[in-house]
Amino acid sequence: METKNIMIVGVGGQGTLLTSRILGGIATDAGYDVKISEVHGMAQRGGSVVTFVRFGRQVAEPIVEAGQADVLIAFERLEALRYAHFLKKDGVLILNDQKIEPMTVAAGMAEYPEHIMETLKADYKVVAVDAQAEAKKLGNARVFNTIVIGVTAKHMEFPRENWLRIIEKTVPPKTIDINVAAFEAGYEMAEA
Amino acid sequence: MLNKEQAGTQQMMLGNAAIARGAYEAGVKVSAAYPGTPSTEISENIVKYKDVIYSEWSPNEKVATEVAIGASISGVRALVSMKHVGVNVASDPLYTISYSGVNGGLVLVAADDPGIYSSQNEQDSRMVARAAMVPVLEPSDSEEARTFTRLAFELSEAYDTPMMVRTTTRLAHSQGMVNLEERQEIPDRPYEKNIGKTVMMPGNAIKRHLVVEQRLKNMAEDANSMAVNRVEYQDRKIGVITSGIPYQYVKEALPQASVLKLGLVHPLPRKLIEEFAANVETLYIVEELEPVIEEQVKSWGINAIGKEIFTVQGEYSANLLRERILGEKPEYRKAAQVPARPPILCPGCPHRSVFSVLKKLKLHAAGDIGCYTLGAVAPLAVVDTTVCMGASISNLHGMEKAKGREFIKDWVAVIGDSTFLHTGINSLMNMVYNQGTGTVMILDNSTTGMTGHQDHAATGKTLMGDTVRAIDIFHLCRALGIEHVYEIDAFDTEGLEKLLKEETAREAISVIITKSPCALLKTTIPKGKCSIDPEKCRKCGLCLAPGCPAMRKDSEGRAVIDEVMCNGCGLCMQRCKFDAISFTPNPKLAQG
Repeated sequence: METKNIMIVGVGGQGTLLTSRILGGIATDAGYDVKISEVHGMAQRGGSVVTFVRFGRQVAEPIVEAGQADVLIAFERLEALRYAHFLKKDGVLILNDQKIEPMTVAAGMAEYPEHIMETLKADYKVVAVDAQAEAKKLGNARVFNTIVIGVTAKHMEFPRENWLRIIEKTVPPKTIDINVAAFEAGYEMAEA
Repeated sequence: MLNKEQAGTQQMMLGNAAIARGAYEAGVKVSAAYPGTPSTEISENIVKYKDVIYSEWSPNEKVATEVAIGASISGVRALVSMKHVGVNVASDPLYTISYSGVNGGLVLVAADDPGIYSSQNEQDSRMVARAAMVPVLEPSDSEEARTFTRLAFELSEAYDTPMMVRTTTRLAHSQGMVNLEERQEIPDRPYEKNIGKTVMMPGNAIKRHLVVEQRLKNMAEDANSMAVNRVEYQDRKIGVITSGIPYQYVKEALPQASVLKLGLVHPLPRKLIEEFAANVETLYIVEELEPVIEEQVKSWGINAIGKEIFTVQGEYSANLLRERILGEKPEYRKAAQVPARPPILCPGCPHRSVFSVLKKLKLHAAGDIGCYTLGAVAPLAVVDTTVCMGASISNLHGMEKAKGREFIKDWVAVIGDSTFLHTGINSLMNMVYNQGTGTVMILDNSTTGMTGHQDHAATGKTLMGDTVRAIDIFHLCRALGIEHVYEIDAFDTEGLEKLLKEETAREAISVIITKSPCALLKTTIPKGKCSIDPEKCRKCGLCLAPGCPAMRKDSEGRAVIDEVMCNGCGLCMQRCKFDAISFTPNPKLAQG
């Protein structure tokens, strides 16, 4: 199998690390060689963060480069636009349709681009969800990233029960139920 | 965690976790470190093995290295880990322990940061190791991070030398599959007094220098047949000498090329390299940062291509190699032009409150290393200098000695609690001793913040989880003979403004300790939530000026607060002149 390239982008603090660990977990579980590349330290403080997950028969390079991503998971609209060119021509963009203004915009040094969705849809296959709203319905605003994982699962090869097993193994024990519910919600949103 | 890590199984691990595992398997008994990205998780994983490894956060890398040296001299295997700039702090003991050699194996992990993700420079630790005559192993994935760490202890004892294991951010923070093995039971070595080795005074050091030179020659000779230096012959049109993470880029971009993968990058195996060079048509040397391998190889009269086509800056990638070696330009759509999103101080960060007061008073700050370095950029923009750990206080002192009291009257030094104890304390002693004046602000957030919350000597907790007497920074400053030492809540902006006006005018040393725990600390319970009454908001923007990420303008120019992100620090409320911002206390606090 050709190596699959997944890229997760967002704003520091949005939970990209948990997402990459669940993705890494499901690929490892399926017997693939997996490499995950994370961002720690200063860059996490509300900055633009990028995490890579690669899996296949044998994976050398731990990073995904421009034009190589099969799936780009973006937790924020502007970050989706920033990294969209990392997608393959037939890659899919899973977008959590949230807007977080960067300091450069809030300080009046730059403008938050308008019509991001239209721009992205013109060039890429986009699956957009409002995971925040869905998470609030579930009663825990923080599980929006697990909802996004649920949506992503529909665009990947692994069976649903594997995802659930890995989520149960990866998230803090107290939060298993809410995360499972969030995954199911995302999985069904993708189906609809 | 230990029970999940069964020997004989495999586990996904960060490079740093794999180094910790390697040290555990190598029978290490003592580990010391000061936190620093990208090395911090080594110690955070070592502590999982606390039943058999003593580990500590030392106040700085020099102390940590000396602790490990003491352990080695006494006869047990010891690990010390740090980021690349920490190696500068540790270089004093490192250069000399190289002469002494070891009793128990001694390994220093140096974590470099090509691309400067979280550092003040991108220096190459291999250059320090060469200067200190310390051999270097460089792993290229998590599994090698484990096995090379083990090997480093074996080589350390076999060659009677401290060893360096060099990693980079990409290796330290990438996860890959690791094969877990049993811990080796290494018997403690006896301590035998031998001042010829352990007391480096001139008469002994002169003799040891000869030993060190010979040791490196012996090792270089042996390196020709070490398994970690591996030749992979394939198509011989292109041959590549590489090591570390760049090896992965070579395998990805040039799967058919012949490769000499160096595990030991200092000293180099000359015969092996000469033989490889003779067997390939065109030889490339692929190494991130400085041309350390390349310059040595070229000095032997070998033709090779290196930094002529590569860069000494940043990280490499497979695409970079495809482009520079094969002339292939990868195809992808053009990147969109979008506003940058640099890191920022968090909502509720006490540094923002302190900086908002400095900005109001138009003060300059000599800065230091920590999250508060972010006070250099808009919208706060009060920090004028950042050099290295502890430099704020000594920089301010130097300014005063150069240009006089008048020049620094609108300056302060700002330094965090952990950084103050790292090396700032020395600079403060110097101010006292050499009759300096000026205002030093210690931004005490009760943790080492930027590296992800590590304890230090003033938090009252150790790496291994013991509760201990916390060093009292207030009384420490008083004990230096400083009369004007104050503690104030970092969010008391009115009080802080008054204090700063008084103290910057004073012709003496003043220390202002602003206290408020990091908003992200697990023990910090949010005070509540702030919200804005849109009817009362006059769109003046005063509340927005300090740049809280939980705040923004709505489409009509009124300030709004994101209720999820806000943690109720109240800074915006203190700034509002129209009583438009109200505060709802956290119900959890009301109960307690």
